[in-house]
Amino acid sequence: MAELVTILIDGLTYASWLFIVALGLTLVFGVLKILNIAHGSFYALGAYGAATFVAWGASMMWAPWLSLVAMLLAAVVIAAIVAPLTERGLLRFFYGRDEVLLVLVTNALFLIMEDLTKLIWGANPYYVSEPYGLFGSVDIGVQTYVGYDFMLVGLAVVVGLAVWWGLNRTRQGKIVLAVIHSPEVASSMGVDVSRVYMIAFSVGIFLAALGGAFTAPMISVQPGVSVGVIILSFAVVIIGGLGSIEGAAVGALIVGLARSVAVHTAPVAELFSIYLVMAIVLMFRPEGLFQRVQARKI
Amino acid sequence: MTALSSASLPPAAARVAGTGHGRIVALGLASCAALCVAGLFAPKWLTFLVTMAAANGLVSLGIVGLMRGGVVPFGQGMMLALGGYTAALIFNQLGFTDALGLTLAGGLVSALVAAPFSPLLSRYRGIFFAMLTLALSMVTYGLLMKLEVMGGSDGFNVGRPTLLGQSLPDSHVGYILYVLTIVVATVMALLARIYFDSTRGLVTLAVRENELRVEYLGGSVRQAMTINFILAAFCGGLGGALVVLSLGHIEPNFSFWTTSGEFVFVAILAGWQSVAAVFIASTVLEVVRSFSSAYFPNTWQLALGLFLLFVIRFLPKGIGSLWMRGNTR
Repeated sequence: MAELVTILIDGLTYASWLFIVALGLTLVFGVLKILNIAHGSFYALGAYGAATFVAWGASMMWAPWLSLVAMLLAAVVIAAIVAPLTERGLLRFFYGRDEVLLVLVTNALFLIMEDLTKLIWGANPYYVSEPYGLFGSVDIGVQTYVGYDFMLVGLAVVVGLAVWWGLNRTRQGKIVLAVIHSPEVASSMGVDVSRVYMIAFSVGIFLAALGGAFTAPMISVQPGVSVGVIILSFAVVIIGGLGSIEGAAVGALIVGLARSVAVHTAPVAELFSIYLVMAIVLMFRPEGLFQRVQARKI
Repeated sequence: MTALSSASLPPAAARVAGTGHGRIVALGLASCAALCVAGLFAPKWLTFLVTMAAANGLVSLGIVGLMRGGVVPFGQGMMLALGGYTAALIFNQLGFTDALGLTLAGGLVSALVAAPFSPLLSRYRGIFFAMLTLALSMVTYGLLMKLEVMGGSDGFNVGRPTLLGQSLPDSHVGYILYVLTIVVATVMALLARIYFDSTRGLVTLAVRENELRVEYLGGSVRQAMTINFILAAFCGGLGGALVVLSLGHIEPNFSFWTTSGEFVFVAILAGWQSVAAVFIASTVLEVVRSFSSAYFPNTWQLALGLFLLFVIRFLPKGIGSLWMRGNTR
């Protein structure tokens, strides 16, 4: 019983940051039709940015709770500077090309960003341990859990609701939905489609960076963090269905739980349990669990 | 009459009529012989580089075969790993050491493992095909990382192979494996050319243009895709075995997605029109990789990424389109 609780809580924590990251991926795919391999690199940028900002805040003698603000700030700065630069400076030249070719474009971007982050931050690991202790610890049964993990779950819920509300309940969101449905028609109705693309891409990247920034205290930030996250978030959006918010949530839960079940019961299977779930979902429901059926165009 | 009709046909169709292959086979064999002779005088690092390029090129050749049908696999590293581990395990566990036999075994096992998946994969297109192949390769990666029999995350070493009953002396082992790789690559390249120009090869091209029309005309899209996937696996397995024999080492990273990404990179760089372009592109990648990792160890991925972007932007049909001027779009 105690083990079941541990598995559930571990899975939920893992699912929460993964959901934030995957939500960004699914949003970018939904609007721009780009399956962004470099998404993991933006996650890494967020983590590195958080490391820099938190260290900077500490050197300025900020109050400890302000390190949370520093992490948020890191994500905002990355979304505000790097994302528009990438979208306007690179991606827009490839719009309308084959989806798989776009995957390759982002693969190139991933390679470039791997080296750029190494050039900027070096190859040594960074530790952002300060915020991890901010929320104390929680005792459930015999086990003690870190409060930060529960904060992360809360953050994921807030972010998910905010994105859902923003898309479905605001004027701007409805414009985005119109662009998702048909960029041509939206454009002919007077919507500035390229602006919507830029904003949607920036929001997507913000979510990746946010995920990175808030997981930075739980990991050692070093080269290679992006590589694993990419495939994990791919697994989440593929399981849930590309372009679906609910799908990303369910996908993240499935991946998080699959991983924590594997970790606690059969550690050998940790790595491939997630990919196995992804492969099985693709085999039986290639469009993902939450994707609407689309008419075939002739 | 035959002469008249083939003269009036466009180049691609003329090759189908069987008029163009003699020249291509002669050209292929001549360049194979030239490379083998050149290898005698080349420094060791260069023959090793070309060996790796040719072996990796085989994997990309399989991807090009699939790309002609409009799908791009993002998990072809799995085939490399299957071929590599097969050769390595047969060598270490069964004591069979013949390089040619191990290479063929690598190809066959890859094709056999791919066979049950290929009818399933033949229904997938675009991103879903890419993602399912990716998922399968990552499952393989996860298994290889954890299986003690397979050496776990470190992989294991493979000893020196023999060739046709002869043991390979210290001074020549690199060169002999180079020749073997070049010969296998040439044979596969020529077979690929003949296959691409065959009826099924052309049906594959038609699938890329419009699947429904192919179905209405009585062609089987799924059959073509299934066979292409198995052939791609065979090529990948051959490549994997050859890489392992020359490298003397194997590890799970063969099946990791970044490895697969490099093979796709080569396939895109080559384009789907020319077979020779695949091996040229593969050599370009090896050259860029070894020179930039020697001179700019911290920025070689950056260089590779910029190079890839440049190719996609300005040479969307790959370097093969520079000299293949058929009337196919």
